[in-house]
Amino acid sequence: MSIQSGSVHLNNNVPLAEIPALVFPALLDTLIMVGIVMLIVVLVGIPLGALVHNLAPGGLFENPALHTTLSWIVSIGRSLPFLILMASIVPFTRFITGTNIGIAAAVVPMAIAGIAFFTRIVENSLRGVPPTLVRVAKASGASPLQIIRTAQLSEALPSIIGGLTINTIAMIEYSAIAGTIGAGGIGYVAVTYGYQRFDNTVMLATIVILVATVASVQLIGDRLVRLTTPHSRTQHSQARAPRAARRETSLV
Amino acid sequence: MISLEQLTKVYGHGDQRTVVLDRLDFSVDAGEIFAVVGPSGAGKSTLAQCVNLLERPTSGSVLVNGESLSQLSEKALRVARRRIGTIFQSDGLYSRRTAAQNVALPLQYLGVTAAETRARVAELLDRVGLSNKAGHYPHQLSGGQRQRVGIARALALRPSVLLSDEATSGLDPDSTRSIVALLKELRDDLGLSILFITHEMDTVLQVADSVARLDHGRIVESGRIVELLRDPASGLGRALRPARSHESAPADATEWFVSYTSAAVPADWLSRLADQLGTTVSLLGASIETVDGATVGHASIGVTGADREHLIAVARSLGLDARPEQAAPAEILEQVA
Repeated sequence: MSIQSGSVHLNNNVPLAEIPALVFPALLDTLIMVGIVMLIVVLVGIPLGALVHNLAPGGLFENPALHTTLSWIVSIGRSLPFLILMASIVPFTRFITGTNIGIAAAVVPMAIAGIAFFTRIVENSLRGVPPTLVRVAKASGASPLQIIRTAQLSEALPSIIGGLTINTIAMIEYSAIAGTIGAGGIGYVAVTYGYQRFDNTVMLATIVILVATVASVQLIGDRLVRLTTPHSRTQHSQARAPRAARRETSLV
Repeated sequence: MISLEQLTKVYGHGDQRTVVLDRLDFSVDAGEIFAVVGPSGAGKSTLAQCVNLLERPTSGSVLVNGESLSQLSEKALRVARRRIGTIFQSDGLYSRRTAAQNVALPLQYLGVTAAETRARVAELLDRVGLSNKAGHYPHQLSGGQRQRVGIARALALRPSVLLSDEATSGLDPDSTRSIVALLKELRDDLGLSILFITHEMDTVLQVADSVARLDHGRIVESGRIVELLRDPASGLGRALRPARSHESAPADATEWFVSYTSAAVPADWLSRLADQLGTTVSLLGASIETVDGATVGHASIGVTGADREHLIAVARSLGLDARPEQAAPAEILEQVA
């Protein structure tokens, strides 16, 4: 690209006053995209993670063959760079959504990558639950589903939420990559205005927005982790009023 | 009542075959506390898991009130497990649930209504003396209190058998004593059969009526505590009340180890022994106490110039077993180790 054409683009910069009108709807698109993806990721990833964990040796439904197979599938999903995954499943995406551009088309590869990611996170969190608790549940007459719900997922909840936070942030990043194939959202704006048209103002605005979004997600995630961990919630008193507890934890 | 019949657990096949439990046979009556002791690797935890039906025995069976529970289907097993309450080592509480919620778990699994659960949980927490801690999370409770919650939870479904799997291990002596007292109280009030698995001899002496020693998957010695303590040849009896180091005898005296073998040992046996032997008897070390209302004990004494056979005979007439020091402890310690 020549300097001259670059200066032409510079003259085409979006005026400062119009930036909010450009950036905020894009942010909304991103939030919708990531929101839909995370909903699917949680709905599929939690059962899948619990299943993989319990198919492993020592699990509730120990089955080495099935565990290895499932684990491999998840690993493949985890090992492809997102851009490659997105490109390679275009026919599948088109089959599901009827299109290969736009938010709907981005949701499919993002959900696949997100599920693979989250399955591992759930599996890893469940591994952190002391095995005694599963024995306690069994000895108390719990069914396998009750064991998974009360002894495994419930005890691992803070850890799962912590992983969910990381996962959500990764999905925001993926949504920006999906922006390059015209998925819309803040990534799309950053690529088309900031990168392709050298509009530094828009680029800067998208960066600020992305940083703020990621920071907010992290903040909310951290707070949820603290709220779901009795140890940090009730450090100094027996008060269980959430307001009082929250104030307390900020001091810890 | 719970009984084991030829309970055997084998892991692996062929060359890797390991017999972890070898034809165990014993029963715990209603109102009895039966302890199983043994070094680590003896098979205690496998025994616990076979008794609360988390592991299926390779052969033999576990019977509760005469009904065999070992050949049940997976689903029937889940119901059967409710007849056996298990107290786990102190890390068995759910960290994200309060004391009350932990106790409520078995009732929830069973599908008991919320109102009924609340009432039962309150009753159970009261029973273990933790009514004022219902809303506390495990990290806010002491080790002993956590274990009380574990006991309340084990009792939630009104089992007739209580299995205590190293329940007092890792507790400080005071907490252990209070947990032991609670178990005995529950045994008396509810007529429970309590199987108490532990590696702590001290605790066995405090809690159990009978004891069995498990070693390499076999029961090598068992009996009522008091009888074992009164049997000078019993390694388990000796292990329950180890002789501590004592003063050495005067230069002209020989050291003897004396132990109580009957309930009829007079309290003034030492002076009687000296009188009947017509010599000086010096007390070098002793440990005498009552276990379940029966006096048991042993002493090391120094005796000056007495006939060996005569001393043994006089001691026997007083209800005591006497044997020259050195020989006795060494040989018996060998058996135990």
